[in-house]
Amino acid sequence: MTITSAMNELDRRLLMDRSVSGRSAVTMPSSDVPEQPLPQESLLRDDLPLPEVSQLEVIRYFSLLSQLNFSIDTNFYPLGSCTMKYNPKINDAMASLPGFGSIHPNQPSEQVQGAVQLMYKLQESLGDLTGLPGVSLAPLAGAQGEYAGLLIARAFHASKGDSGRTVALIPDSAHGTNPASAAMAGLDVVTVPSDAQGNVDVNALQELADERTAVFMLTLPSTLGLFEPSILEITQIIHDAGGLVYADGANLNALLGMVKLGDLGFDICHSNLHKTFSTPHGGGGPGSGPVMVTEELSKFLPEPVAEKSGDIFTLAKPTNSVGKINGFHGSFGILVRAYTYIRAMGRDGLKAVAENAIINANYIQSQLKDRYDLAADRFCMHETVLSAARQKRRDVKGLDIAKRLLDHGIHAPTMYFPLIVEEALMVEPTETESKETLDRFIEVMRQIDDEVSEDPEAVRTAPHTLPVTRLDEATAARKPYLRWQG
Amino acid sequence: MNPTDLKYSKEHEWARVDGNTVVVGITQFAADQLGDVVYVDLPAAGTDIAQFGKFGEIESVKTVSDLFSPVGGKIIEVNDAVKDSPEKVNEDTYGNGWLLKIEITDSAQLDTLMDAAGYESLTAE
Ligand SMILES: Cc1ncc(COP(=O)(O)O)c(C=O)c1O
Repeated sequence: MTITSAMNELDRRLLMDRSVSGRSAVTMPSSDVPEQPLPQESLLRDDLPLPEVSQLEVIRYFSLLSQLNFSIDTNFYPLGSCTMKYNPKINDAMASLPGFGSIHPNQPSEQVQGAVQLMYKLQESLGDLTGLPGVSLAPLAGAQGEYAGLLIARAFHASKGDSGRTVALIPDSAHGTNPASAAMAGLDVVTVPSDAQGNVDVNALQELADERTAVFMLTLPSTLGLFEPSILEITQIIHDAGGLVYADGANLNALLGMVKLGDLGFDICHSNLHKTFSTPHGGGGPGSGPVMVTEELSKFLPEPVAEKSGDIFTLAKPTNSVGKINGFHGSFGILVRAYTYIRAMGRDGLKAVAENAIINANYIQSQLKDRYDLAADRFCMHETVLSAARQKRRDVKGLDIAKRLLDHGIHAPTMYFPLIVEEALMVEPTETESKETLDRFIEVMRQIDDEVSEDPEAVRTAPHTLPVTRLDEATAARKPYLRWQG
Repeated sequence: MNPTDLKYSKEHEWARVDGNTVVVGITQFAADQLGDVVYVDLPAAGTDIAQFGKFGEIESVKTVSDLFSPVGGKIIEVNDAVKDSPEKVNEDTYGNGWLLKIEITDSAQLDTLMDAAGYESLTAE
């Protein structure tokens, strides 16, 4: 039986459609306490469409959905900027140890010394890897790390009585969360153009940096997957203007053990543990985006920060803290996984991660550049940004190519980002893929390019082999159904 | 393909002059680059706008972009139909897909815009 025919036999009904009146997943025992009248019957609704199904039906339904999913455990997943690397299973084993998995965030530190010690050790490792020793693990995602970092920059300028610094300079290649975080932090966003090689336009930056500059946010390597050759000059320009330099560390995978952001002149950065440090990603688990700062800025970090005095570990509030940015201590289970990864890899292992991530991306780039345009024709770092401009002239879009990859069991690359690249297809293979997998991807991409000439309709209407074929994304966005339509 | 009776801005908006009133929309090139438009955020009529000032946002399945007014003045009418049916921008951007009508303050501003030939050489790059 082929996969396709098995898929066709799938029970496609939604949970609601499987509902049978009166069926239930649990049997309630009869009440052994006196009945109480409900406080306010008008608060209770009986028109909610809730599915009535047995436990087995619930399990089958969600198991089926999980099998229909693409995941790193099932498919090659070259989703650029997202670092979809293998998440070693030992990470989960460590996070399920009762000392980590069965504790409560409201327990006092004395009762959970091991957990606080792990936070302290992870802070040390992240501070060491980035060269920015002040660390708070509180932020729950990269974007929240950015927000926390920008609050720190504001607090720093305010502490000097420098209230005129209200501008965040952000390159035109930046991820959308950068300007969004800056706006949320109350800063005005000013865009810095890129030059023809995809680097920051240093002359333009020089012009823009002035006494209003609070912070310059830079992704390194850039979202084009390129190392910024003028980085030292750039951090100097901003510092001379009195501003701070923020590193969006989404692409830290390419720098591990090679170079420290602090040594390059960055003052603040975040790291997405769910990218670089192999913790679950997307639907797989909560994110985590610790923020790292220089010694000087560490008094502004969001609370809590794990501290050590003698043999005792505590959770403290830094003296000038920007405060709490979420309810508890960050995504603790994720912190355990990231720490496990760091310890399992060791310093040399982490350096090998960066090296192999860079080699893998360059291998793909070198094997595809005769077929696909490159955003920048030079060695890339951990990801390569291809452009489907040549294919578009044959009337097939980047989106179509991404959809066609799904037919070959390969997750789509990141599309149409960075915005400055026409028909961008951003490919990040990560270090955890074998040469065989990379070769297969290259072969499929070349095959699709042939198909664009020989049978473009097959590409334009892809995917053909998945349980759900081409979705009408435009209508879905224009006329969204936000509730189940009974 | 770009109507020759219109003026064009670097930011890919067009302006149709009709006495004191200027009708504004995005160019076909911009609409094609954006892909299927799914949402258009426009200001309320009565708002003042500077030349090249941001007046709204346009969202497609691919991306969200700012909208910049090719001329300055008072917004006297907004195309509500595009809010409900954003596909009009893809289907007929120089007609039913218009976005704003502006009462222009200084018609000399029009001279800073491109004609169709100038705009075509910009987009040919
Ligand atoms: C370059 C870059 N910056 C920031 C972010 C935001 O991180 P998060 O999704 O963890 O909020 C991402 C995420 O995709 C990214 O790729």
